[in-house]
Amino acid sequence: MVDLKVNLGNNLVLNNPVMTASGTFGYGLEYDDFTDVDRLGGIIVKGTTLNPREGNAYPRLAETRQGMINAVGLQNKGVDHFCKVIYPELKKYTKTKVLVNVSGSCIEDYVACAERIAALDHIPGIELNISCPNVKQGGMSFGTVPEMAAKVVEAVRKVYPKHLIVKMTPNVTSVVDIAKAIEGAGADSVSLVNTFLSMAIDIKTRRPILSTITGGMSGAAIKPIALRMVWQVANAVKIPVVGLGGISSASDAIEFIIAGASAIEIGTANFINPNIGNEVVDGIADYLAANNMKSVSELRGSLII
Amino acid sequence: MHKRYSTDFKVADIRTVNSSCYQLVLQHPDTLPEVAPGQFVQVQLPDSATSYLRRPISIHDADFKANTMTLLIRRVGNGTELLSHVKPGDTVNLLYPLGNGFNLDTKQIGNSPLLIGGGVGIAPLFMAAKHLKAVGANPTVLLGARNVEDLLKKDDFAAVTTTECTTEDASFGTKGFVTDHVYMKDELKRFTSIIVCGPMPMMRAIARVAEANNIPCQVSLENKMACGIGACLCCVTETIDGHNTCVCTGGPVFDSKSVKW
Ligand SMILES: Cc1cc2nc3c(=O)[nH]c(=O)nc-3n(C[C@H](O)[C@H](O)[C@H](O)COP(=O)(O)OP(=O)(O)OC[C@H]3O[C@@H](n4cnc5c(N)ncnc54)[C@H](O)[C@@H]3O)c2cc1C
Ligand SMILES: Cc1cc2nc3c(=O)[nH]c(=O)nc-3n(C[C@H](O)[C@H](O)[C@H](O)COP(=O)(O)O)c2cc1C
Ligand code: FES
Repeated sequence: MVDLKVNLGNNLVLNNPVMTASGTFGYGLEYDDFTDVDRLGGIIVKGTTLNPREGNAYPRLAETRQGMINAVGLQNKGVDHFCKVIYPELKKYTKTKVLVNVSGSCIEDYVACAERIAALDHIPGIELNISCPNVKQGGMSFGTVPEMAAKVVEAVRKVYPKHLIVKMTPNVTSVVDIAKAIEGAGADSVSLVNTFLSMAIDIKTRRPILSTITGGMSGAAIKPIALRMVWQVANAVKIPVVGLGGISSASDAIEFIIAGASAIEIGTANFINPNIGNEVVDGIADYLAANNMKSVSELRGSLII
Repeated sequence: MHKRYSTDFKVADIRTVNSSCYQLVLQHPDTLPEVAPGQFVQVQLPDSATSYLRRPISIHDADFKANTMTLLIRRVGNGTELLSHVKPGDTVNLLYPLGNGFNLDTKQIGNSPLLIGGGVGIAPLFMAAKHLKAVGANPTVLLGARNVEDLLKKDDFAAVTTTECTTEDASFGTKGFVTDHVYMKDELKRFTSIIVCGPMPMMRAIARVAEANNIPCQVSLENKMACGIGACLCCVTETIDGHNTCVCTGGPVFDSKSVKW
């Protein structure tokens, strides 16, 4: 029997390395009819902010070749609604780890949001989404400048004792510099990638397809770029790396683990096949067995150069 | 929330309806569960380089004896083009039944609803008309298109209940838009409610007339979707409560007064 368990440190042990990516899996509940949610390693629920957000205007979606661009804009009902209304429902998941993706537009908001989630027993960790624009500093994304990334992570670290994953944006010149800053600021792990800044135009009307002109690209098409970034970061930091970006099959997931990821997340592929997460779990187990490996850690970072 | 499924259907039949539309009959491997008029399915596309996400399509008809569902699809881009090449015996995976269907409770919508369809928007109305007829109501159907070629399924509707048509080029029925038909003018008072599915400008115009005449009106929206199950928040429409509401789970059918037009 292969052991699929992975220990990400600071009391976060997943039954298997497969999680679902924030914003693509709702609160897990939306998928109950289609897959055994509790069998996944973890689910990372929707981006949650201190105050409710209506998100961007429609249209929020442009399909691209083997991918999509979204401009949802973090629509959510705020952390208090999450704690009161949604959290109690999530307690029914007893085997999978439910993590909350925390977003914000200033450091104070991130901190206040993380503090409230720290009080929830059934949530063993958060994923800090630092791809959001910092409204107090000209709207530049927290995750694009090492110092700014470090500041927000340090501030949240002070109030959040449980597992802290920091989710990186790929829209930077050097993911390694950012990852090192995040590690130095006390994160337990990093996850990457968030979506790539991109755009699409309707040539019939010569207008942008998205209401916001530009949006974030995800899906199969981004996988090779995400894989390269995960490999670079895994070679540069000591904390565990969670890899994502375009993963659509077990073999995609295995590539990320070979590149150095301790766990992976599946995003857009859930829209096409809502059972993909569990299929990837099985595929990883089969691969390990076929290669006489006893655990995921044997495969992790096993790239032969 | 009703139970939803992910099922591999087999293509039982595919046939051309007109130069741009085709009809797909899909066979459930076992017993087709309950599906309601106005609900839709998310169709997984055959593997391709050009198209990626599932496509939302209304349930046009369901046969619970034969365990089949029929979809009526208009070719508008790569996804609907790809689907038009499936062959009998091919497998097509569906997530279904999704969304809330029409409110067809005659205690609420009255005995004489007017069902208005524009273009391929007629698709979900067929099951609705059959259902209303079966419960003893007296539905009337009004179909609109550019020309007679684009007037889909008019004979099938006429076999179910009273059906009138409008065409922009006067090639069949009344000349003009559905809003030019006497049903939407002098005879509007005959109807206890309106149900409409079609292009946005048409639905907007009908919602306005319905509101001005104090007739309840249901619209079926066709926003772009990624997941179809309430997980991605891509498909929202602004409702009068000031919130962005998912069309896939809050709709696709809405009371016209709750939508910010
Ligand atoms: C709930 C629901 C039910 C639907 N029912 C049916 C149905 O029964 N039969 C049917 O033929 N279609 C139906 N549609 C519309 C159908 O989903 C789209 O036409 C289809 O997704 C287009 O895919 P494509 O790849 O062919 O076109 P794309 O390449 O995605 O688009 C081609 C062109 O069509 C336009 N377009 C795409 N989607 C829509 C849309 N939803 N509304 C208006 N314009 C659009 C695009 O802007 C573009 O100009 C429904 C949509 C929804 C949301
Ligand atoms: C519709 C949609 C909404 C998303 N919302 C969030 C979010 O709220 N927070 C976040 O950190 N990432 C969000 N993401 C990014 C994904 O979690 C993931 O990083 C990205 O899609 C790349 O993975 P994929 O290619 O497997 O989808 C969203 C992605 C999509 C497609
Ligand atoms: S299409 Fe994903 S929420 Fe409606």
